[in-house]
Amino acid sequence: MNPARGSLLDIEHMEAAEILKLLQFARRMNPDKPRPLLRGKRVFLLFYEASTRTRSSFEVAAKSLGAVTVLIQSSGSSIEKGESLVDTGNTVRAVGADVVVMRHPNAGAPYILAQHLDVPVINAGDGLHEHPSQALLDAYTILRNKKTFKGLQVAIVGDIFHSRVARSACHLLSKFGVKIVLCGPPELAPEIATTLAPGVRVTRHIEDALRGTDVIMLLRVQTERLAGLKIDLAEYVARYQMTPVRLKMAKKDAIVMHPGPIIRGLELTSEVADGQQARILEEVRNGVPVRMAILARALGKMPGKMR
Amino acid sequence: MSPEKNKHSLLIKGGHLIDPAARIDAPMDVLLKDGRVAEVAPPNKIKGGADKKFDARGLIVAPGFIDLHVHLREPGQTQKETIATGTAAAAAGGFTSVCTMPNTVPVVDSVEWVEWLRQPERSAVVNVFAIAAATRSSKGVTLTDFRALQSAGAIAVTDDGKPILDDNIMREALVLGGELNFPVVQHAEDTRMTENCSMHAGARSFRLGLRGMTAAAEASVVERDVQLAMHIPNARLHVAHLSTSDALKSVRRGKRAKARVTCEVTPHHFTLTDEDMRDYDSNYKMNPPLRSVSDREAIWVALADGTVDAIATDHAPHALHEKQMEFERAAFGITGLETALALAITKLHREKHIPLSRIVELFTAGPARCFDLRGRGSLVRGSIADVTVFDPKKKWTFDAAKSHSKSKNTPFGGWAFTGKVIATIVGGTIVYSG
Repeated sequence: MNPARGSLLDIEHMEAAEILKLLQFARRMNPDKPRPLLRGKRVFLLFYEASTRTRSSFEVAAKSLGAVTVLIQSSGSSIEKGESLVDTGNTVRAVGADVVVMRHPNAGAPYILAQHLDVPVINAGDGLHEHPSQALLDAYTILRNKKTFKGLQVAIVGDIFHSRVARSACHLLSKFGVKIVLCGPPELAPEIATTLAPGVRVTRHIEDALRGTDVIMLLRVQTERLAGLKIDLAEYVARYQMTPVRLKMAKKDAIVMHPGPIIRGLELTSEVADGQQARILEEVRNGVPVRMAILARALGKMPGKMR
Repeated sequence: MSPEKNKHSLLIKGGHLIDPAARIDAPMDVLLKDGRVAEVAPPNKIKGGADKKFDARGLIVAPGFIDLHVHLREPGQTQKETIATGTAAAAAGGFTSVCTMPNTVPVVDSVEWVEWLRQPERSAVVNVFAIAAATRSSKGVTLTDFRALQSAGAIAVTDDGKPILDDNIMREALVLGGELNFPVVQHAEDTRMTENCSMHAGARSFRLGLRGMTAAAEASVVERDVQLAMHIPNARLHVAHLSTSDALKSVRRGKRAKARVTCEVTPHHFTLTDEDMRDYDSNYKMNPPLRSVSDREAIWVALADGTVDAIATDHAPHALHEKQMEFERAAFGITGLETALALAITKLHREKHIPLSRIVELFTAGPARCFDLRGRGSLVRGSIADVTVFDPKKKWTFDAAKSHSKSKNTPFGGWAFTGKVIATIVGGTIVYSG
C-alpha cells in the first residue's frame, strides 16, 4: 500500500523541485495573516515522544490555516495501555482526522502508520531516522540568509549518529549540491555517514570543518540516546564547542543554526547562542510558515505550479 | 508413527535418485517396505510387486530433508505455531525431520518436556527431534542434565536466542557434550554489543536510523567457541544460522584443525542482504540480521566448498500482531519451511550454479551428520523410509496466505520460484503431495 498523497515521510525520497516548490509556497504563509485554507479540517498531532518546538509549531501552523487541532500524547492515552500504533492510527482516523502529524521514538514508525491510513501522514521526527519539517525550515532559513544554495558549504557539528535532523539535512542539502562537512568524535560522527548522500565528508577537526563554511549547524549531544556509549563531555567541549574564537574560523558572514534545544556551555557558549551570527530563534519562527505549507500541501491546497 | 501403519510397500519408480551419502546421482527405483528402504536399483530392475507405486518420472528422488533449526513454539506459544501446523509446513517444504528449538514457554530444559514434545497427541506430521536447553531456563548459569536429556531423546543442546556468553559455562557445556558425544548448538551473538539493535550495522542501518548489530558481535562468539572446541577432546560445536564472512573464517580454521565444528546457513541469509528491506517491513527483521553483500558472497562460496554443513531454515513463526508494528519493536524471525528448497534451487543452483547434488547434501547427509541422525540422510538399503521427491524445473509462485504454517511472516510472499516439492514421504507413508 502506498502512503496517501500529501504525506511527508522523509526528505530522502523527495525531489529537489518539490522541495523548492514547498519552500516557495511557505513564503506566502504568514501566521499573522491567517488564511482559512484548512477551515473545517482536523489535524491530529500524535506525539509518542516529548516535543516543545515541533508540536507547538505544528499546532500554531494548523490553527493559522483555520484547522482544528487535536493533541494525543502517549501518556494519558490508550497508547499507554498498550494499544498498537496501527490501532491508534485507525482510531484517530475514525474520530475524523484529515491529516496525522506524528512524532515517534522508533525509526520508520510513520511508514507503518501511512501503510494503514488513507489520510496523509506527516513525520514530525522518527527515532534516529528523519525530521523532514526541521530540514525544510532549516533550508528556508538558509535561503532567507544566503539567497541561494549554490556554492554553499555547511558544517554540521556534534552528535550526527543520533540525529534525525542531521540525516534529513544531509539529504536535503545534498540534492542542491551543497558541500556538507560533518564534524565530531568517531562515536558521534562515524565514517559511514558519508554514504548518506553525495557531497558529504567527515572530519574530526573543527578548524577543518569551519574553514570556508557559510552555515554552521550545531547539534546537541543526545545523552538520553547514547545507550551505553561513553562520551567524555569535557573532551567534547574542549574539541568541538562553538566559541567566539572558533566562529572566526568560518566565513565572516557565516550563520549559526541549531535545531534546539540548545545546551549552553556544552555544544556552544552563550556568546555564540546570543551573538550576531546566531539564527536559532529565526529557525523557530520560520518553522510556522514552513509547517503551514506542509499542512496545506498535505490537504491538496498547494498550487500545482508556483511562480 | 505406529509400526502397523507402515506395514506396506511403496515403489518409487522412474525417478532420478540423488543420494550424496551413497554417492548416487543416477536414474534409480526405490522400494520402501515396512518403514525402511528395502531396495535401490536401476530402472525396472526391482522384481516383485508393491502395494503402491509412485510415478517419479522427471523428478528428483532424495533422502528425506532434515531441518536442524525450527521453532515449533510448543509448549506455550500456540498463537504463533503448534507442532501440528509447523510440521504440516515442514511436510509441504519437503522436510521429513525437523529439530525443534527449546526457547518455548516454559523452556524445554527437562526430560519431561523432551518427552512431551514427542507424544502422539502433538499430532506431528513429520519426525520431530528435540533440541534441549543447554542451561536451566536458558539463563546461562547452570548446565542442564545433558545425560538425562540425551537418554530421553534430545539430539543436541542449545540456548538459542540467548547465547551462552560466559566463557566457563560454554567450556563446561563443550566438555560435558564431548564426553557424551552430544552437540552444543550456539546462537552466536554477543548480546552486550547488540542492545536495541534491529538490523545489520552498515550504511543501510545508518541511513534508516536503526541501531545495527555488527558482524563482530557474531564473529567474536564463533571465534571463542571454535577456540574452545579445538582444545577440548571430542567437543562438538554446531554454529547455528551463521551469517558473516568473519565467522566462516573461524569455522574453516576449526575444521582444518580437525575440531568437530559444524555450521548451518539459512535460506534468507543466502538470498537477501541488508539492502533489501523496504519501508521498515518487519518481515525482513530476523536475528541474525540480513547481512552485507560481501557476507552473502562468502556464504555462497562456503555453501559450495563444503565449509557449510547444512541449510537450516530457522523457521520462526510469529502472529500478525507481533510483527505488524514499529520495526524496532517487532519480533525477530521469519517463517521458512515452505520456501527453503525453492530458494536453494532458484538462488544457489540456477543463479550460482551449485550442483543439485550438493544442494541435496545440504538438506540431507549434511544435517544428518551434524546431529548423528542414524538411519536418516541417505537411502541406502535399511535406512528409514524418509524420502523427498521434487521437481527441480517446476515454476511456481509462493502465496504466503496459503502457507501451512499458522503464521505468515515471510518476505518471500509473491516470489516466483523454480523448484517445487512434489511428495514428502515419512516412514514409507506419503504425508504431503504437491
